Amino acid sequence: MTEGLRATLSAHRFAVTAEVGLPHGADPDGLTARVTALKGWVDAVNIIDNASAKVAVSSLAGAVIALRAGVEPVMQLTCRDRNRIALQSDLLGAATLGIPNVLLLTGDHPRFGDHPQAKAVFDLDSIQLTWLARTMRDDGRLLSGRRLDPPPRFLVGAVENPFAPPIDLRAARLAKKVAAGAEFVQTQLIFDVPTFERFLRDVRDLGVADRVAILAGVGPVRSLRALEFLQRSVPGVHIPDEIAKRLRGVTPERVAEEGVRQCIETIDALAGLPGVAGIHLMAFGFERGIPELIQRSAAGALRSTPSSERGGDGAH
Amino acid sequence: MLTRTVAEPLEEFVRTDGPRPTTPRLSARGSYRIAPYVAPRRLLRRLAALIEGRGWLRRLFVSAERGSKWALYGCRMCGQCALPATGYACPMTCPKQLRNGPCGGVGAGGECEVYPDRPCVWVTAARRAQATGHTADLDRLQRPIDHRLWDSSSWLGYWQGRDADLWTAPAPQRPQLVLLPVLSSPGQAHD
Repeated sequence: MTEGLRATLSAHRFAVTAEVGLPHGADPDGLTARVTALKGWVDAVNIIDNASAKVAVSSLAGAVIALRAGVEPVMQLTCRDRNRIALQSDLLGAATLGIPNVLLLTGDHPRFGDHPQAKAVFDLDSIQLTWLARTMRDDGRLLSGRRLDPPPRFLVGAVENPFAPPIDLRAARLAKKVAAGAEFVQTQLIFDVPTFERFLRDVRDLGVADRVAILAGVGPVRSLRALEFLQRSVPGVHIPDEIAKRLRGVTPERVAEEGVRQCIETIDALAGLPGVAGIHLMAFGFERGIPELIQRSAAGALRSTPSSERGGDGAH
Repeated sequence: MLTRTVAEPLEEFVRTDGPRPTTPRLSARGSYRIAPYVAPRRLLRRLAALIEGRGWLRRLFVSAERGSKWALYGCRMCGQCALPATGYACPMTCPKQLRNGPCGGVGAGGECEVYPDRPCVWVTAARRAQATGHTADLDRLQRPIDHRLWDSSSWLGYWQGRDADLWTAPAPQRPQLVLLPVLSSPGQAHD
């Protein structure tokens, strides 16, 4: 078992987080199995909050299931479905249940989900929510001014997409999130390393590089269907033509391995960049492949945890 | 049966009064040129108090504000105008009504993820702020808005100093979010 995300980041060790899908039925066992398989391999697992605006088990419940399985969760919380009362209540609830990390996002618009008729809330935006979470923790106050005793202690995370226009202002937006209180940030999937390097340089130039831990988002594209889905249906993901060509250029049965290889090459390239504190793996249902991605890439070598501890209890 | 079984409405027949990204009709340069004339001063504060004191006059004023700002900026009357800090492009026309910058779903060509036939209003705001030397405004942290103020006049509030804390100065460190009466420091915004 690793010491958790906060300890890894504060010791400047290479961090690995991974996203797990949440069940669409009322079954805890599948999720328990998925997070348990990652135990010892990652510092924390991201528990998604109704990703793509499709109803799934709540991230608060998912985070508790991860905690019970002995795996540290990063509880995602979006502004899409909750007003400021519900957001603060869920943050307090998470803190009360001992959830050590929260990741605060705007959220996909309901238009893209399974309930396009739903009312979109967006009472706060992700930056205001980040600001609010740090105010709750560090100032010990609610937005109403009311004191919290004791205040929550969670680590506050945010997201950024270095590839969405206006690209020249994305680093400034990250700086704004850091000013609001983000302590770590996970990025959108990276396929275009040079553009990401420019983003990192901008972040350094703005002087916020040493005030936030950047976890670079990566994931394997294991089928042409997944490629098309990412290109068409996931807002904000940009896949360069050469990578699409590379995946289309191999025989159908080799696409999965080619996608994994491409992902490993990306991790290797990212791990060497100054300002990258770790990686955030988004494997889209291929969570069982995450240990392999870590082992075969530079991430494995950079992890200081002894291998005996790492692989030990990963099987059950 | 809880769910109504209606055919999936065709996109072009979906009527929505929800926010849609709107490219302003008035240029950023023109907007910044007008701004000093409507900046708060004693005369306008007195005028605002006078207008607010008379129901019919206030209603007339609010409709005039609604009509003009709708025509120029697609204003939705949130009552807490962010325009002076956003290159005079209205963030409340964003389908997510984001006050602090664009979401991560902006298309490669700068299009809104929800309405791909329209440019993201924050891409528009960034371009306008950059073109007029106001990029630093985008670094200001916008506080959560007060939803009780929808459909009220932003100008009357502005002239009477009620929205002075809508946003912070561009700050590298976390500014105070919660403004308790004793901690309130008016005059921080609209500098």
